[in-house]
Amino acid sequence: MQALYAQLLVGLINGSFYALLSLGLAVIFGMLNIINFAHGALYMMGAFCAYFLLNVAGIGYWPALIIAPIAVGIFGMILERTMLQWLSGLDHLYGLLLTFGIALIVQGVFQNYFGSSGLPYAIPDELKGGMNLGFMFLPIYRGWVVVFSLAVCLATWYLIERTRLGAYLRAATENPTLVRAFGINVPRMITLTYGLGVGLAALAGVLSAPINQVRPLMGADLIIVVFAVVVIGGMGSIMGSIITGFALGVIEGLTKYFYPEASNTVVFVLMVLVLLIKPTGLTGRAA
Amino acid sequence: MKLKISALFLGSALALAATTGAFAQDKTIKIGVLTDMSGLYSDLGGAGSTLAAQMAVEDSGLAAKGWKVEVISADHQNKPDVATNIARQWIDVEKVDIFMDVLNSGVALAVNNLVREKNSILIDTGAATSDLTNAQCSPNTIHWVYDTYMLANSTGRALVKAGGDTWFFLTADYAFGAALERDTTAVVVKSGGKVIGSVKHPLNSSDFSSFLLQAQASKAKIIGMANAGGDTTNTIKQASEFGIVAGGQKLAGLLLFITDVHSLGLKVAQGLNFTETFYWDLNDGTRAFSKRFSERAKNKAEPSMVQAGVYSGLIHYFKALDAMGGNPHDGAKVVAKMKEMPTDDPLFGKGSIRVDGRKIHPAYLFEVKKPEESKGPWDYYKLVGTTPGDQAFRPLSESACPLVKK
Repeated sequence: MQALYAQLLVGLINGSFYALLSLGLAVIFGMLNIINFAHGALYMMGAFCAYFLLNVAGIGYWPALIIAPIAVGIFGMILERTMLQWLSGLDHLYGLLLTFGIALIVQGVFQNYFGSSGLPYAIPDELKGGMNLGFMFLPIYRGWVVVFSLAVCLATWYLIERTRLGAYLRAATENPTLVRAFGINVPRMITLTYGLGVGLAALAGVLSAPINQVRPLMGADLIIVVFAVVVIGGMGSIMGSIITGFALGVIEGLTKYFYPEASNTVVFVLMVLVLLIKPTGLTGRAA
Repeated sequence: MKLKISALFLGSALALAATTGAFAQDKTIKIGVLTDMSGLYSDLGGAGSTLAAQMAVEDSGLAAKGWKVEVISADHQNKPDVATNIARQWIDVEKVDIFMDVLNSGVALAVNNLVREKNSILIDTGAATSDLTNAQCSPNTIHWVYDTYMLANSTGRALVKAGGDTWFFLTADYAFGAALERDTTAVVVKSGGKVIGSVKHPLNSSDFSSFLLQAQASKAKIIGMANAGGDTTNTIKQASEFGIVAGGQKLAGLLLFITDVHSLGLKVAQGLNFTETFYWDLNDGTRAFSKRFSERAKNKAEPSMVQAGVYSGLIHYFKALDAMGGNPHDGAKVVAKMKEMPTDDPLFGKGSIRVDGRKIHPAYLFEVKKPEESKGPWDYYKLVGTTPGDQAFRPLSESACPLVKK
């Protein structure tokens, strides 16, 4: 029983990464209608950004938590301005192919310079060590990841679903022409939204840098699972992707305990089941 | 009728003369480096293996004797089906004579079969499974650098002797992990230890915390990592996070490469014990080679034992061909010649190739230095023990290889 509690908690930790990443994807898909395959590469860039800040500029983990998402977010906005914006109105497939190509290029460039085994990034001193919870030894850093990402997820949800800015955004997605008629700069809003989604990915990257090795392929390994999470949660649904992210982390954690060989397929089995029963995803609206 | 027959004889005699003539003069060699160029093992093989092959060609002096040697390479993506497709094309279309590196046990076993069927040559320097020279042994294959039996025999035995008598395995879920766990279990049990559990994880996992918690709960004294590359470095990093070593359990890296230690940093990796058959800072010969290698390598990396094996294997292959006076393009024949000749190069020292295809040389048990003991970049290992070549590998008396006459 104790082992079960521990696995649930570990699942929750992984779930927070899924939630952060799928949230970014959901925001981008919901507002821009782009299936952002470059998300994994941008997550990886966030981790590398933290690594460079520390090793080149001597800037530690806490500032990196803010600087890296902004830097990578700006990179994302440049991508949107120079390339993605020309695809609006075309079939989803074009955006998917373009972002997939960008992901391959970015990963290839990083791999060429940094190899595949990865670079070390230490846990910040304030979060070192762990607590004995009785049923498991919880590293403080992991606890921090869960709390922090949950806070970020909820803040993003609030921003989009409950504020005036969010209302503009949602309106701009429904009917860009009408919103423009009210004097709102819709293209700029879309660029900023893409930047926000990308920033969330980079933030997840910084959070994961001390846990995993900072590797060029760290995003490629994760992105497929995250896409499954988004599909299960319902494309474009903000709360749906947050909840499914955490839930699937837990389910995956339990699989690692009961039948570890299936732990990297269980998410996809669930995806197939959900698609068969409810093609729009668990919380998705009908198209 | 008579005329026809004599014409036939004449024809075949001419053809025969032509082929033997070609045989005496054919001094072309094509080398195929088949490895992981982009995935989790690409730092320990990858482009470095191609570089090692090129250096072997340059150092062999064959060009001055009129030989033409070409090196090509490809990415097998750690997929046996991709690898066999490339290998088939290399043999049939590109006329490749010899396959080098071929890391990843799943890939190696597949290529091993094809190479035998097509009478080509495989010098495997990267795959770990000891099956390549045991049940699956082939007259066309030489297993050069290390294998799971040797790793288990060296690291496993040393750890049990030091008091680590209960084991829990974290195993990569494919041919390599299974072979390494099997061979290590045998050694642990034979040395008086006990295996109390194991968990299989998918290849290329990023999160090991669930598996580590199971290992922690098992209370085993030793947690044996039957995985490699990025999987091992992530396991080690996360184990320190969960306080596993601080809690009194010891991690055993059954297969670690210098690139893994480099990527982890000494702070995390210090104190780990593991076995390799090559280290750049072992003696003057290895230092001289490694200096030349790292000057040309990406990120100035020192060679891994897999890359060193590519160099060493090719040097011996070239010696055999040179002794034969030409390239017969007959895999089994060349391998037989290579087995006849003793091996000797500055990287692995003097050695030999056994009838089952096992290359014999000493195995070194290393310990990772503490950060304050290291004098500079890549100065990572302390030598703590050496197993002589004749004791390091599976004895022929225990072999299931059909090539071994009993």
